[in-house]
Amino acid sequence: MSSDILKNDIRPDDELSLQIGERDGIRDKLKRMCRQNPLAAVSAIVILIFILMAIFAPIIAPYGETEPDLLNRLQDPSLTHLLGTDELGRDLFSRMLYGSRLSITIGILPSLISLIIGVIAGLVAGYFGGWIDYVIMRIADVMLSVPSLLLAMVVMYTLGTSTINLFVALTMTGWSSVARVVRSHTLSIKESEYVEAARSIGVSKWKIMFRHIFPNCIPSLIVLFTLNVPSAILSESSLSFLGIGIKVPFASWGLIVNQGRQFLFTQPWLCLAPCVAIMIIVLAFNFLGDGLRDVLDPYMQR
Amino acid sequence: MKYFLKRVIGTIPVLLGVVLLIFIMLRIIPGSPVLVMLGEHYDQETIERLTELMGLDQPLLVQFFDYVKGALMGDLGVSYRYQRPVADMIMDALPYTVKLAVMAALFAWVMGLVSGIIAAVNNNNFIDRLFMGVSLLGVSMPIFMTSLVLQYIFSFKLGILPMTEDGSMVSMILPAIALGWNSAGSVARMTRSSLIEVMQADYIDTAKAKGLLRGAVIMKHALRNSLLPVVTMMALQLSSMLSGAVITESVFAIPGIGRLATEAISNRDMPVLQGTVLFTTVIVIAGNLLADMLYSVLDPRIRKGE
Repeated sequence: MSSDILKNDIRPDDELSLQIGERDGIRDKLKRMCRQNPLAAVSAIVILIFILMAIFAPIIAPYGETEPDLLNRLQDPSLTHLLGTDELGRDLFSRMLYGSRLSITIGILPSLISLIIGVIAGLVAGYFGGWIDYVIMRIADVMLSVPSLLLAMVVMYTLGTSTINLFVALTMTGWSSVARVVRSHTLSIKESEYVEAARSIGVSKWKIMFRHIFPNCIPSLIVLFTLNVPSAILSESSLSFLGIGIKVPFASWGLIVNQGRQFLFTQPWLCLAPCVAIMIIVLAFNFLGDGLRDVLDPYMQR
Repeated sequence: MKYFLKRVIGTIPVLLGVVLLIFIMLRIIPGSPVLVMLGEHYDQETIERLTELMGLDQPLLVQFFDYVKGALMGDLGVSYRYQRPVADMIMDALPYTVKLAVMAALFAWVMGLVSGIIAAVNNNNFIDRLFMGVSLLGVSMPIFMTSLVLQYIFSFKLGILPMTEDGSMVSMILPAIALGWNSAGSVARMTRSSLIEVMQADYIDTAKAKGLLRGAVIMKHALRNSLLPVVTMMALQLSSMLSGAVITESVFAIPGIGRLATEAISNRDMPVLQGTVLFTTVIVIAGNLLADMLYSVLDPRIRKGE
């Protein structure tokens, strides 16, 4: 089944190259993706299910998030406790449902904020050029040079471990790659004739940037966003796993792994179940990102 | 040569930027580090003496230049917690991280290249799909998951490999695989797509038409050209590997640089955190520079384009 992605990830297929000349809306492209690449479509459904489960966690979850039941500690998975219970007798399945809220929000929201910052930085750098470009891109270089986990650790050290600070940390590391992509698009598009035409009839710089250049970046940005979300989820879970991310009593998947780790050899599901959840959603986003790239942005470098 | 020089000089502002960023970020914390150091029992005089001793009474800019000057001479300050020079602590930890990273890189490259080539040669049949499925799984698994699963299977169930680092090479096998697993997946995917792309070039048809054996075409003509992007990516992976080492070292209790950084956070030991982050970043920047140079040696078009 996975072949479809793999088949298409190198060369745009014939159908695609035929249609490149015609103006083909994003909706048509998405339809084509579902047809050519069912795995990407399945991934989109998986992601949707995860999001719905996170939203309706209080309804679905059989037990409360932090509802201790000291008589039923460290239970094996059973019908009453689908994934067993942890050392305080809390139902793991319910905790994971609630944990998905934080994990998914932290995947999506910081990626969205870094997208906005990256777009503005990239447009400005590419359009104005000169020293503005130099300064912005050197700042981006600096952010990209520090290994992301270590940079996030420095932020958490300075600002303290809290969910908001985790957002800050992930945004700081995320915007620079967006800025690079937008800048390179801007550089090539600003020389095109229609931008020249807009400039000659006196359209303002900002309007050119956002009305005429930005829309051309959207396909790449959709792909980039889809691929940034899983890396944000992984970063959050890594930080929480190290104990410097989310603070207890709130749980994210990474934190549940961290707490379940001491029972790895007796109750392995306590830490492996949330691991699997992380893996599935990351895998789904990666598949979807690959599929989107094939239809939206066939020439983008991997 | 001019190109190399330009590249080297180009990294200087980035390096300074990194130092500045880390320096400022670690110094905007409310509360004086002197108080952290002294704990609960202190008097005003000791505070003043220590503040002066540590140069914390100087303006921030002066402190920054003092730090850069010190760093250039190999002085990264003194740990609040252990009262040892940070540079010494890093040098003690370095061999562990180097051993781990080298083994992980070897694993990732060999695994990645071999499975990428196998997948590309079997373009689109079952073997290709299998290898690519596994490699995407590799890319999507969090490092701590790989570490925990390996620990569970090989140390606990099978009991053939040690659970934590004990100084021997054997005990490094599991952490190295755990760390290299992700990169192996990316290298495999990159090798495959790059090789398939090159295989469509005209000169490959020529080579085939000359009657060269399939193996010779792949090894001598296609692989050489398809490795260019792969080599760059391998060097870029150094950064994610050093990030990952923080987690692997924590799971397998390896006293390396990542461990220093995690411990520095729980001890609120700012100089150690600052030193380890800077040191790691300098290695990453040097690695990227090396990749660029390697790339231009392998591909003369880059140099001529400049």
